[in-house]
Amino acid sequence: MYSLIVFLPLVGFLIAGAIALWGARTTIPAPVGGAHGHHGPDDHGHGDHGHDHAAHAHAAHDDHGHDDHHAAEPAAPGSRIAELVTTGFLIVSCLLSWVAFLTVGFGDGETFRVPVAAWMTSGALVVDWSFRIDTLTVMMLIVVTTVSSLVHAYSIGYMSEDPGRPRFFAYLSLFTFAMLMLVTSDNLVQMFFGWEGVGLASYLLIGFWYKKPSASAAAIKAFVVNRVGDFGFALGIFGVFAVFGSVGFDAIFANTEAVAEQSMIFLGAEWHALEIITFLLFIGAMGKSAQFLLHTWLPDAMEGPTPVSALIHAATMVTAGVFMVARLSPLFEHAHGTLTFVTFIGATTAFFAATVGLVQNDIKRVIAYSTCSQLGYMFVALGVGAYGAGVFHLFTHAFFKALLFLGAGSVIHAMHHEQDMRKMGGLRSKIPVTYWTMLIGTLAITGVGIPLTHIGFAGFLSKDAIIESAYAGHNSFAGYAFMLTLIAAAMTSFYSWRLIFLTFFGQTRADHHTFEHAHESPRVMLIPLIVLSVGAVLAGMVFYEAFVGEAQGEFWKGALLYGPENHILHDMHEVPAWVKASPFFAMLFGLGIAYWFYIADPEQPKRLAARHDALYQFLLNKWYFDELYDLLFVRSAKALGRFFWKAGDGMVIDGLGPNGVAARVQDVSARVVRLQTGYVYHYAFAMLIGVAALITWAMFAGGIN
Amino acid sequence: MVVEPHIFSLALPEIMLAVGSMALLMIGVFMGEASTRFVTTLSVILLAGVAVVVIAMDAEGATFGGAFIVDGFARFLKVLALIGSALAILMAVGFVRQERFERFEFPVLIVIATLGMMMMISANDLIAVYLGLELTSLASYVVAAIHRDDARSSEAGLKYFVLGALSSGMLLYGASLVYGFTGHTEFGAIAASIVASGGSSVGLVFGLVFLLAGIAFKVSAVPFHMWTPDVYEGAPTPVTAFFAAAPKVAAMAIFIRVVIDAFAPITSDWQQIVSFMAIASMILGSFAAIGQRNIKRLMAYSSIGHMGYALVGLAAGTETGVQGVLIYLATYVAMTAGAFACILAMRRNGVMTEDIYELAGLSSTNKTMAFFLAMIMFSLAGIPPFAGFFAKYFVFVAAIQQGLVALAVIGVLSSVVGAYYYLRIIKVMYFDEPAPAFEKTPVELNAVLWGAGLFTVLFVLVSGPLGSAAAAAARTLF
Repeated sequence: MYSLIVFLPLVGFLIAGAIALWGARTTIPAPVGGAHGHHGPDDHGHGDHGHDHAAHAHAAHDDHGHDDHHAAEPAAPGSRIAELVTTGFLIVSCLLSWVAFLTVGFGDGETFRVPVAAWMTSGALVVDWSFRIDTLTVMMLIVVTTVSSLVHAYSIGYMSEDPGRPRFFAYLSLFTFAMLMLVTSDNLVQMFFGWEGVGLASYLLIGFWYKKPSASAAAIKAFVVNRVGDFGFALGIFGVFAVFGSVGFDAIFANTEAVAEQSMIFLGAEWHALEIITFLLFIGAMGKSAQFLLHTWLPDAMEGPTPVSALIHAATMVTAGVFMVARLSPLFEHAHGTLTFVTFIGATTAFFAATVGLVQNDIKRVIAYSTCSQLGYMFVALGVGAYGAGVFHLFTHAFFKALLFLGAGSVIHAMHHEQDMRKMGGLRSKIPVTYWTMLIGTLAITGVGIPLTHIGFAGFLSKDAIIESAYAGHNSFAGYAFMLTLIAAAMTSFYSWRLIFLTFFGQTRADHHTFEHAHESPRVMLIPLIVLSVGAVLAGMVFYEAFVGEAQGEFWKGALLYGPENHILHDMHEVPAWVKASPFFAMLFGLGIAYWFYIADPEQPKRLAARHDALYQFLLNKWYFDELYDLLFVRSAKALGRFFWKAGDGMVIDGLGPNGVAARVQDVSARVVRLQTGYVYHYAFAMLIGVAALITWAMFAGGIN
Repeated sequence: MVVEPHIFSLALPEIMLAVGSMALLMIGVFMGEASTRFVTTLSVILLAGVAVVVIAMDAEGATFGGAFIVDGFARFLKVLALIGSALAILMAVGFVRQERFERFEFPVLIVIATLGMMMMISANDLIAVYLGLELTSLASYVVAAIHRDDARSSEAGLKYFVLGALSSGMLLYGASLVYGFTGHTEFGAIAASIVASGGSSVGLVFGLVFLLAGIAFKVSAVPFHMWTPDVYEGAPTPVTAFFAAAPKVAAMAIFIRVVIDAFAPITSDWQQIVSFMAIASMILGSFAAIGQRNIKRLMAYSSIGHMGYALVGLAAGTETGVQGVLIYLATYVAMTAGAFACILAMRRNGVMTEDIYELAGLSSTNKTMAFFLAMIMFSLAGIPPFAGFFAKYFVFVAAIQQGLVALAVIGVLSSVVGAYYYLRIIKVMYFDEPAPAFEKTPVELNAVLWGAGLFTVLFVLVSGPLGSAAAAAARTLF
């Protein structure tokens, strides 16, 4: 069964990939202008006008199901087969995952391994392909397969005009396969395989519209920034092997006590072995989960098609870092320094991303920063030792974030590829299903619920659990984390409601033509929204007890390890009532401000921005991180590269090598030619000099005895 | 004077040439300019006949009191020189017609010069050397200036004459010194005398240097090469074609015979001189040619460089070395003939062009010529599997066998530099925008081009017989 879950997407990928390759051979793709604006309101030329009317007349017709890609070219043959095969396989995989989740999570089975094949054996290093099945794995299985299958289905509608559909679905399935390999891995190397696999798929999908320069640039950025993190991860794996002599989880977890006091040399200094290993591993997690300092790729990744954003950059791939830390909780439990660092980074990210989210105007970017921020929450929970709370938030977040992204996709779809919220408004009546589902998503992310009870939307339970655990946490950054996450909760509320108010309420700011033709998405796109809405409502309430409540022990069955002194899950239930209620009031505060700014007095934000222009620009430009990195790394690397190119290669190698030699030859040649004056007496003189020189040489160097 | 009985059997070719040239002169004098074509045809036939006689004769030995020697070495080079001269006359046919330059003296003078070369090749005595050399030179001076109305031609003839006189003086001075210090003019006797007197002396070395300087002038080895570019450029092109091939063969023959036969006991002395000349010639030939746009000047430097390579083989001073030189000369004559056939075909609107860039796009206007010229250029650059590669290979192998590694390395490096200007011609022909087509190539030039081109390209097929002939020729010297 587990092999089916993991390998069905691979089979789907292979089939769709084969169709894409075959299609690429049979159709010569027409060139598409690279300058095709992504955000340009004029994307629809007048030539499309009549076409729009036709589409409008058939409400169910899904002619506009894509961001901006005008499909002048025909779809590749076999697109329908590719769609159906990959989506069908994913749905099967998803159903099996739920079966697995219910049997493993709520049954009483122990952790077990499903061997697949041997991979490599080199000295003491033994790496096999095998699945490690425990509650954490099956929990991730349902997150990945559920979101992925819904995104697959949604993409059938959303991408319906794109000629590259087989390729798109192949990539989606490849991504899903890699992610499943990651979450089922039984050792660090297999996890690294999945880790890199999702990185690759992410690169391919962000750059799916590879003819658009900004998409290619974003894809490269994501790949390169992730390399930084992956380097840390790889070093961490090396460290694990050096200390434990194995990369298998069983061997590692069994020996953590034994090596807890060990130290190792890294970069010439002596470190506490587990501290440095976990730190390096966490660097990897920071990259994949877009944490503070390595977050810059995530917002740019919005260049990919919207379903990709929903799947990869909201619900699944970016949670790989969280999953990894949770999976390796036995290691992290022995590394309090690293956990403190994790708390600090998580809290900082939560706060930082929320502040940037306040002022973004692109609907997808708002959600992207919100993702970044929510990932920070998860790391806060992990950092204070409340692994269950972190994973719980991962679980609920997957539903409502995928919902928000797909809803945003539906809005963009309805608005003819408009992503700027300043050009929206009043869409409530035009796209009611999208409106209601997105409202549910917003209620979930902002954490609406009844304080002091366990009744509320998904985010209410999971986020509140994190804020409580931060309060109850003992490490030196726990207080810092509590404050920042609370403030971030208010900001989350503000920007989420701001998104809803700007998009769906008030007078429309869209041009008449666009607004008139705004239309609800086809059913194939709406059903995933509705399914996710159910998840966003219920996921928290249904699973609270199992994930972080009293029943968590028998649910996790040791998949998440809490040290003997770690009573955080108990403590977090004991926090004062004001702490438990505080996120709710933070949410209300944010909602109130948003209402004031965008419903009651829409001029207010402009005045505020004008008054605090420096701050506004600072936030709008994402704390100038891109500019800073550009200055620090890109420019300096380019300068270094240019130095080696111009000075090293150009001046030294070419200069002394080919070019230099050639130039000297030319010089010599010119000089020799100048000797040829044309005067006979010069020539005669040269002959006499020659004779004299030869005689001299023959006399002194020759053997005149 | 008692006529030795085998004079006729040994010197028959030279006698034929001497009598024939005078007969041709008479024909010309009495028939006037109109006889030019007739005289030309007869001279080619005469040279061809003499070549047949040289190949067919089997008598070997010395005559004229030991001053004139016929051996395998002499016969090999005589054939080569005769071929070179005959080709030069042949290639002039079209030029003579088109340039209104109908002088019957031209073929006659070349036949006389060839007689001088034959004398040089067979010379076994310093006096015979001088005789042959002067006969060749005097004829050459006149030929260089034969275009009397052309200032450049006259200038070339005058320069050649003045510098040639200087070099003759050096040669004579050296010969007299050698005679003074050894008491002999015959090569074998000189060698015996040196051995008897116990090696070299300052006076002998002085004589050797002056003697070699005079000969080096003829092969245009650096630093006695200065006349070459100016004369090559100034002289009418068929004359240049003549200068570039046959006289070089004869001068190299006498160079070899002098150092190997007469100065064998002081090999280390002349080896240094020859090495120096070889290195200087190779380097200068390579570097100076890069700056040239005029293809005749370029060929002048090219021939300087090639003589340098040939001298590498001589510097080795061994049988293999001499064999290498002989092969080198044979391929050099062929390549030079082919190259000059192309240069003579560079005629547009009734005017000869000499600029390299006039060859632009030749590959699209005249495929055959472009192909063969390209092959010949590859060969001159020493790229396998063409003739020039094997020629260089043999001389370098000989040098390395004698431990002259530095010489071989410098040779290889300078041939890399030299490859530049040969390849540039190919680049101009194949990759540049086509210039207007040249006039139709005369049939005799085409014949020479095909012959030389095929020899160059298919050298591997003839390298066996040629190599063994050269080996047999070289063996007679040792």
